[in-house]
Amino acid sequence: MLRSRAHPSSETPAKTPAKPSAERPLSTRKVPDVVRFLRRNAVAYMFLTPWLLGFLVLTLYPMAYSLWLGFTDYDFTKPDSTHWIGFGNYVRMFGQAFGLSAFTAPSGQVVRVDPYYLKSLSVTFNYVLASVPLKLVFALAVAMLMNQKLRGVSVYRAVYYIPTLLGGSVAIAVLWRKLFEKNGLINGILAALGFANLPGWITDPRYALATLVLLTVWQFGSSMIIFLAGLKQIPQEYYEAASVDGANKLQQFAFITIPSLTPVILFNLVMQMISAFQTFTQAYIIGGGTGGVLNSTLFYSLYLYIQGWTYHEMGYASAMAWVLLLIIGALTALIFRTSDAWVSYGSGE
Amino acid sequence: MSDVKAKTAVRLGLSHLFIIALGLAMLYPIVWMVVSSFKPNNMIFSDTGLIPKALTLENYITGWKGYAGTSFGRFFLNSLAMCAVAIAGNLISCSMAAYAFARLKFAGRSLWFAVMMATLMLPGHVTLVPRYILFNRFGWVGSYLPIVAPKFLATDAFFVFLLVQFIRSLPKDLDEAAIIDGCSQVGVFLRIIVPLAQPAMVTTALFTFLWTWDDFFNHLLYLTRPETFTVSRALRTFVGDAGAVSNWGGALAMSTLSVVPCFILFFALQKYFVQGIATTGIKG
Repeated sequence: MLRSRAHPSSETPAKTPAKPSAERPLSTRKVPDVVRFLRRNAVAYMFLTPWLLGFLVLTLYPMAYSLWLGFTDYDFTKPDSTHWIGFGNYVRMFGQAFGLSAFTAPSGQVVRVDPYYLKSLSVTFNYVLASVPLKLVFALAVAMLMNQKLRGVSVYRAVYYIPTLLGGSVAIAVLWRKLFEKNGLINGILAALGFANLPGWITDPRYALATLVLLTVWQFGSSMIIFLAGLKQIPQEYYEAASVDGANKLQQFAFITIPSLTPVILFNLVMQMISAFQTFTQAYIIGGGTGGVLNSTLFYSLYLYIQGWTYHEMGYASAMAWVLLLIIGALTALIFRTSDAWVSYGSGE
Repeated sequence: MSDVKAKTAVRLGLSHLFIIALGLAMLYPIVWMVVSSFKPNNMIFSDTGLIPKALTLENYITGWKGYAGTSFGRFFLNSLAMCAVAIAGNLISCSMAAYAFARLKFAGRSLWFAVMMATLMLPGHVTLVPRYILFNRFGWVGSYLPIVAPKFLATDAFFVFLLVQFIRSLPKDLDEAAIIDGCSQVGVFLRIIVPLAQPAMVTTALFTFLWTWDDFFNHLLYLTRPETFTVSRALRTFVGDAGAVSNWGGALAMSTLSVVPCFILFFALQKYFVQGIATTGIKG
């Protein structure tokens, strides 16, 4: 297979098929370097082709393209009248922070500064800052609860995973909206408990984001399973030694459990942060396709979608995507930088 | 000694109780959704309890009719067909790439592997607009191709990584023996790696199904006509922008139906689930 692919008329003896091993005295043959290279690598690259093609066509090229688009005023409905506007899109995003209301782009057009962008950024940051730590704390607490020698723990684990299994679906987002409506189930329960003057949690801008944070924290299952795997790795002798030395449960938690888990915490933190920044479905369904009342749930992804697909401002949407990439990249780098100080890859494994 | 035992028993008993109570509280919304889907439409929100005062299948009958002349039967078929193709795509392309990364030596391997790992963390937004423009140029918008074609190009790096990890854990003796016996590398892949990697393949298929089934964003972008809608896309239109739909019973009934396949797969294939999450820390 290798031979026929790489070089059909090859003089290589048929005895050594398919193994591009180094011991063959290739250097003494009159085979061009290219052919030699191909012969050595052809099979591997054949296996790699789908991925490589996908990377080049669907990742690398689109990244370069969107970087370029971000410096233009590309409009999906009239792509032929695209102008290079330099950093115009970026000024449009952040101009409000500098008291700008409009400016002239290099193309000569007067561009109004985006009055919603900073709002969308702050909504998203608030959401990430609230939901990620809460989710991790909750996931760890539940994981510790399940790390006891309990019978039927695998059943519990499965049940606790159900919200995560279903939580990202449209069905659950629809349900969530109904639950937290003014006349929804949650207020029904609260009213039965004697509370009065209850707000419509989704329609009140003070609480709308909190209901979405709750929906996210509710889906703590993946982090829980990873924490549980991490907890099982901590040698039991550590705890025995500590309790012989007189450490109480809290001290054991603070000085054994948490330090041993820091690599897992780091991993969960980064993964959850990256995915939280990209939350879309829940915000879209609960806000009814908009940013909700007073844009209280105008998530970044949602706003990007509105700009790109409702207003067809795909140049601007591309610039927004790049800012998101830079934010996520910078935060990830920051977390990893500080991780030297708080993550211990000790003898815990 | 028996005192200590009794204490432990009490502590474990309390843990059980607490876990069960917390679990019930967490599942309450889902259970309520299922129960309410069997309640008459006018009783759904007046009745917060879990035991319905009257049972009816009416919501399922009216909900199933769907909208725009397209029934939920069609939406389910669309979703299932899309998932089947997506699973095939991911299994073929991701296992091929994983085999190359895990077992073959080639120029540029470490570079490409690093690139693959980097795409794992890349937020999809930076490729979103150009992909849309590209697929539009191909005339694919409105069809399933923008959603399923990338699966044949291993764009879900998570699965490549999952399979690489798994293939690396397999003993190399078998491949080496097969090579000595004159088996080609393609033969090793098809006859040894693929059969031995079954568990990781099942995990890949499972998560591909769930993500494709639950995906909404791509379906919103690329599916334009109701007769091509998937369940998740259809549910959203069924409920409407402002949630003004009067048939909430139907919406809850179809929501309930839409999660049934995920439930069945989850409980049937639980061990693959935990494996998948534990090895790659899949999002969620």
